[in-house]
Amino acid sequence: MAQTAVAPSEPAAPHAASAHQTNTGVSNNKLAIWVFLASESLFFGAFIATYFLYRGRDAQFLKGPSPSSLLNIPFTSVTSFVLLMSSLTMVLALAAIQRGDHRRFRIWILATALFGMTFIGGQVYEFTEFYREGLHLGTNLFGTTFFVLTGLHGAHVTIGIVWLLSLWGRSMQGNLGPEKHEAVEIAGLYWHFVDVVWIFIFTAVYLIPQH
Amino acid sequence: MTTVEDASALLHEPVKRSILDRPRSTTGPWSWFTTVDHKKIAIMYGTTAMFFFLVGGVEALMIRLQLAQPNGTILSAARYNEFFTMHGTTMVFLMGMPLAAAFGNYFLPLMIGARDVAFPRLNMFGYWVFLFGGIFIYSSFALGGAPDGGWFGYAPLTSTPLSQGFLPGRGADFWAVGLIMLGIGSVATAVNFIVTALNMRAPGMTMMKMPVFVWMMLVVAFLTLFAMPPLTAALIQVFMDRNFHTNFFNAAAGGDPLLYQNLFWIFGHPEVYILILPGMAIVSEILPVFSRKPLFGYSVVVFSGIAIGFLGWGVWAHHMFATGIGPVATSAFSLSTMLIGIPTGVKIFNWLATVWGGSVRLRTPMLFALGFIAQFTIGGLSGVLHSIVPADTQQTDTYFVVAHFHYVLFGGLVFAIFGGIYYWYPKIFGKMLNESLGKLNFWLMVIGFNLTFFPMHFLGMQGEPRRTYTYPSGMGWGTLNLMATIGAFVIALSVLVFLVNVIFTRQRGELAPEDPWDARTLEWLTSSPPPEYNFAEIPIVTSRDEFWHRKYTEDDEGRLVKLPPSPEAEIPARRDPHEPHNIHMPSPSYWPFVLALGLPIMGYGFVFKLWWLLAIGALVTFFGINAWTTEPASEETH
Repeated sequence: MAQTAVAPSEPAAPHAASAHQTNTGVSNNKLAIWVFLASESLFFGAFIATYFLYRGRDAQFLKGPSPSSLLNIPFTSVTSFVLLMSSLTMVLALAAIQRGDHRRFRIWILATALFGMTFIGGQVYEFTEFYREGLHLGTNLFGTTFFVLTGLHGAHVTIGIVWLLSLWGRSMQGNLGPEKHEAVEIAGLYWHFVDVVWIFIFTAVYLIPQH
Repeated sequence: MTTVEDASALLHEPVKRSILDRPRSTTGPWSWFTTVDHKKIAIMYGTTAMFFFLVGGVEALMIRLQLAQPNGTILSAARYNEFFTMHGTTMVFLMGMPLAAAFGNYFLPLMIGARDVAFPRLNMFGYWVFLFGGIFIYSSFALGGAPDGGWFGYAPLTSTPLSQGFLPGRGADFWAVGLIMLGIGSVATAVNFIVTALNMRAPGMTMMKMPVFVWMMLVVAFLTLFAMPPLTAALIQVFMDRNFHTNFFNAAAGGDPLLYQNLFWIFGHPEVYILILPGMAIVSEILPVFSRKPLFGYSVVVFSGIAIGFLGWGVWAHHMFATGIGPVATSAFSLSTMLIGIPTGVKIFNWLATVWGGSVRLRTPMLFALGFIAQFTIGGLSGVLHSIVPADTQQTDTYFVVAHFHYVLFGGLVFAIFGGIYYWYPKIFGKMLNESLGKLNFWLMVIGFNLTFFPMHFLGMQGEPRRTYTYPSGMGWGTLNLMATIGAFVIALSVLVFLVNVIFTRQRGELAPEDPWDARTLEWLTSSPPPEYNFAEIPIVTSRDEFWHRKYTEDDEGRLVKLPPSPEAEIPARRDPHEPHNIHMPSPSYWPFVLALGLPIMGYGFVFKLWWLLAIGALVTFFGINAWTTEPASEETH
């Protein structure tokens, strides 16, 4: 970045200034988010591995409510679908800001945030349901691994929602010109990443059958 | 989100105002709080880490005093547990890693011909998180008990809830939350180094022209990037078990303590390379300069470093041979452990071949580098012994292991760090450290180090267990333990000599010549200390060891010939009267400090379950992120 600052006299295209002067051709910001997401993969990987390690062990130890009696697969499939669709609206938001179409950008970015909130709403509902049916953090291994794994993912989605809304706010203030579409792209990379992680978690927790 | 800085904000834009006016001064005491200059940040990393080195050293001296004689009574068992836990935690997380960050911060940008790192504010954030994380963990001494479960804090010892816990006090909570915090800072720094090394090299500097130091720091950054998340996961699980009654490591509910060991060592073994590769990086710079020869087999050294980086992920379970993980797993990890000895051995031979036939100058940095090779080799050899499962089973949790990893981390890393300090002190502060005191420092440290840790091999073979606060007389361990204690104080004396040397040099040291060692790499192509912008003109790189090739060439018979002085090899004067005005450097900022301050506040909230405090910390963090992201990285000043 400092290098870009070195030569203000160079008539570089404003929105591509950082990308043009890096060794890799990828801008610093974008490289950084990719590298950061690689790190995040191992974070989720550790918790998904934990989930698989303990899956089905409750039968021999603390019983508590079983996953099959608790999991409402149709309901979570719907909220998962909503979350996956939010990736589509995210792409549309990025395409809009790249064209300089602020009106559509705001619509799509709000839609993305709204879909995310729907997903989180579903998760809050699911957690409350499970809690009422007697599954707590300490009830058994399923309670422990389920709440912590999905809860951490939910926290990531929540951070993403705040991020998206802040982009919307910056657009409303007029601080998000087309030359800053990379800020949207980076938020989008994070958002897609969180979606992809959910595909893994959804498969692990809901789709692979267990008693 | 915090990893992203607004690059386009560097362009000409109307100046925006935050709630507080942006700090502007780059001099004076306050500038240290807001600076984004990688060189200042490096000095802060270095001094803070050296402070923690002294603290951890005092803990080690107390441990040694306690063990000097059978039935020692200087420390209680509880205090002893705190001291060895905090000694390990300090030396790994508050000394080793930050000192590597200090060297990386100072020299990575300079060696690749850049003006700063890719994300200067993120860099500053990493430092503050390190400082606050260190203070946070140490505050536990005053707030209900220091960590006392060992530096690897095995569950369920650490994870059993406080009410029924094996560890009284809040130490394990401070330890878990503090390490999560330090992990955040380390990952931030790793992202920064990776992007800097990959993206900000001077024109002409291809990857295979990068100094080995830069290569090794890049490998370290990748290791850090992938090693911290499993640790964070394990620590979250421990903290949840202790405070929210989850069952991650609760055997009664089917929880598996080996999960913790696996997660911890998936972090823990790469961590060993995170600590030693910076040492190798420093030595690989010192040896060629003081042998007046290029590094032997540059590409082999680089690829060995990368190979260590990969293989380092496949050896973790050799820390768990005594847990009964089964013959297949032990065989596999035994083999991979032997395998990783190969690239390490390759490097040792490359260093030896670098020195071989060179016109060697035995100045203090070179002495430390040679000490590194000798002692690291001993540590490496005792490490290969651990790959042999039956031997390892005997050695597990004895002083043999203590001897082994101190040969690697003290005989290796610490010697390299001292060598690096002597080598680069003239670069950083513009003065030469005293050579006689330096040699005294070195020899005292060699004698003290070997006196302390060599006997521990025998003590371990004789069965003295580590982490035991005393031993009965009649075991035959007294003499060797007394030797080790005397050695520890000789080490302390050598560190004292070093401190005297620094103070003496600051007050009366001679000004350093611009190129005191006849060096090879780009950091010497600017004044000492370098100006804020490092290079008035970004150098164009044509060869490996660029600076050297601007000074020397070879005649037809391969002999070294000094080139006539040329403007290309000219080092700018210390205070360049023609200071360029068209260089826009990133502006100072308050927000890394504010954001980092939010983390320990949240940490105390978690440890003491004060939800209002947690909320305050979260607010400070949120405020910091918000202010940071809306502030451009660089303000227009005209």
